[in-house]
Amino acid sequence: MSNSILQYGLYLLILVILAIPLGKYIGKVMNGEKVFLSKILMPVENITYKVLKVNKDEEMGWKKYGLSIIIFSLIGFIFLFLLNILQGILPLNPENVDGTSWHLAFNTTSSFVSNTNWQAYSGESTLSYLTQMLGLTVQNFVSAATGIAVLFALIRGFIKVNEKGIGNFWVDMTRITLYILIPLSIIVSIILASQGVVQNLIGYEKIDLLQPITLPDGTVITSQIIPQGPAASQIAIKQIGTNGGGFFGTNSAFPFENPTILSNIIEMLSILLIPVSLCFTFGRNVKDKRQGIAIFAAMFIMLTASLGVIAVNEHIATPQLSQSESVDTSSTDKQSGGNMEGKETRFGIASSATWSAFTTAASNGSVNSTLDSNAPLSGMMEMLMIQLGEVVFGGVGCGLYGMLAFAILAVFIAGLMVGRTPEYLGKKIEPFEMKMAVLVCLSTPVAILIGSMIAAMVPSVADSLTNSGAHGFSELLYAYSSAGGNNGSAFAGFNANTPFINVSLGLIMLFVRFVPMMAALAIAGSLAGKKKVAATVGTLPTHNALFIGLLIMVVILVGALSFFPALALGPISEFLRMIGGK
Amino acid sequence: MKTIKSILPKALIFFLIATIVCGIIYPLLITGISQIFFKDKANGSIIEVDGKKYGSELLAQQFTDDKYMWGRIMNIDTGTFKDENGNTLMYACPSNLSPASDEYEKLVAERVEKIKAANPEKGDTPIPVDLVTCSGSGLDPDISPAAAEYQIERIAKARGISTTQVEEIVLKYTENRFLGIFGEKIVNVLKVNLALDGILK
Repeated sequence: MSNSILQYGLYLLILVILAIPLGKYIGKVMNGEKVFLSKILMPVENITYKVLKVNKDEEMGWKKYGLSIIIFSLIGFIFLFLLNILQGILPLNPENVDGTSWHLAFNTTSSFVSNTNWQAYSGESTLSYLTQMLGLTVQNFVSAATGIAVLFALIRGFIKVNEKGIGNFWVDMTRITLYILIPLSIIVSIILASQGVVQNLIGYEKIDLLQPITLPDGTVITSQIIPQGPAASQIAIKQIGTNGGGFFGTNSAFPFENPTILSNIIEMLSILLIPVSLCFTFGRNVKDKRQGIAIFAAMFIMLTASLGVIAVNEHIATPQLSQSESVDTSSTDKQSGGNMEGKETRFGIASSATWSAFTTAASNGSVNSTLDSNAPLSGMMEMLMIQLGEVVFGGVGCGLYGMLAFAILAVFIAGLMVGRTPEYLGKKIEPFEMKMAVLVCLSTPVAILIGSMIAAMVPSVADSLTNSGAHGFSELLYAYSSAGGNNGSAFAGFNANTPFINVSLGLIMLFVRFVPMMAALAIAGSLAGKKKVAATVGTLPTHNALFIGLLIMVVILVGALSFFPALALGPISEFLRMIGGK
Repeated sequence: MKTIKSILPKALIFFLIATIVCGIIYPLLITGISQIFFKDKANGSIIEVDGKKYGSELLAQQFTDDKYMWGRIMNIDTGTFKDENGNTLMYACPSNLSPASDEYEKLVAERVEKIKAANPEKGDTPIPVDLVTCSGSGLDPDISPAAAEYQIERIAKARGISTTQVEEIVLKYTENRFLGIFGEKIVNVLKVNLALDGILK
């Protein structure tokens, strides 16, 4: 037990220690300052601008910035959709998989373009190597870069005074991809391959089993399949870019996707590395480090709380599993114990619970254990972290711009209490910013509640559930939460590959990705055009404990009020039945 | 409309560059590096002895014989992969069952009965939890040292060898925590069984 606590503490500590210098590095890159990679990468950067015919000092207004995102995403969408449908007749397909159905293609495409990476597909049996490389890996990079770009547009909105421009989308995309995502992905993928993550272009192997299996119906199975593919390169960016879509169906629980505890540590820290760093970058680039630390603190407190709830519930296991002590669920030096259903032995409870907390706090959505088999309250916590709007670090870029919208909401509420015009970082917050901030904050709850409501009324959806009763409802609610938070993890017993579910989830993912994104850009554009107001004694400080508390309260208030009824029907009722023994 | 016209070529070219760099050059570069430096690992960690392949050390096989060490409960997937002749190839998937349901309670009770019956030497000793649960991938290659110990007497008896001999093999294929802190101690089931059969030495 004490070993587990040590692991939790060290994971959080290492994460923050790595994030502080990376945050500084990202800040420099995005301002065009010199960094240690500039010597090698600057020529590549300049060639890219030349080919694109982009003047790197030309600034875009928020509308042009937004339109560039829409057009660029649309091109990616069309390309990936066609790739999915046509993969059967395209090269690099050693297993001869067919093109996917139109609705699965629509779902997968929406999912990757929106940085959600929900898996209605199972990589090893439905996608060709070409689709994985040219389609999914590319979207993993560019959808992550887009999220980060919008964050920097918003940060510039706070810094600039009486200006129209909020940066150049192509310059931002080039810098993020070239200086941040590619170098990190190369390092991570090489470490992963050294641990046993597959990275090749050969076909699947068939190998004889040591002991043939006889099935209950008498069939004898004598060989097994060993899947292959260019996995390490994709898994690295799926973790770093908070994408989360696995190369294999069971994601990072699959031994070829996450073979050792070292690969697990690297993948797990990669989930939150950039989102945490960006908090520090934010403070640095608005020239008030305390502001970044305050946002970081609010997020970190919520992350730790979530981790605590998940860890305790998984270590305890359930009465149904421990069978009045016939099963040994204790934590000792020789076994991890706890609720091992859906968990890998090499990770045990500590590394699985930490992963589950990280992946739902960030909108990553990769898993190293099956969340569907978590204890009821752990499942609730994971769902709640998504339902809060993916602002507890959240997705790369989008998590922080989501949280800044909550910060605007918080100063507005505080402003109402004392009767002053609210301001944040020296900019007056007026009705236009408030409307847009509300759009950012409420898109997720509205999409989740309406989506799951409609799905609950469609009779065919019931056939998709693996579990019955309250847990069955949780599976459905989780699916629509995951899409509505652009998370992508699942209670994977939910069979999502049906036309209705594929299309409805796809539409939700696109809605919650692009509506808040455009609203954040609108805020950026509006703020950039304003003058700075000097802080006075009447200004609400936004870097102290009071503000951190206020921010957490606003986030929880929006989440808890919206979702308590739904959670009561799912995980809470399951929990009560569990402890009641009925 | 004018703005769209000015954005479109830039968007197309940037997408093309990203596809070439991130979708072709990057994965091929990593494939090249992996194939040069970690060939075996990057090709599935296959255990090969005297030219015969015995499986991947990272993917579980199912063992039910008394003379073999058993792994995690496997949820065999017979639908996904077939060979050229239409024979089923073994694969597995997680259960995705809630561990708090009545159905689950019954399922575990059956597993407990079966394991107790196969290990009469252990009497009413509680069964290590990883032996009665399905893993996250369905193909977890390891079990805990506690779960391995639980089976030592059965294996020794079935093979007519001493428990010390089995213990030595188990110990040989037990891996410690990373840096003594991270993860859990694990025993690789396939390697132990290959060693018991005298294939791995």
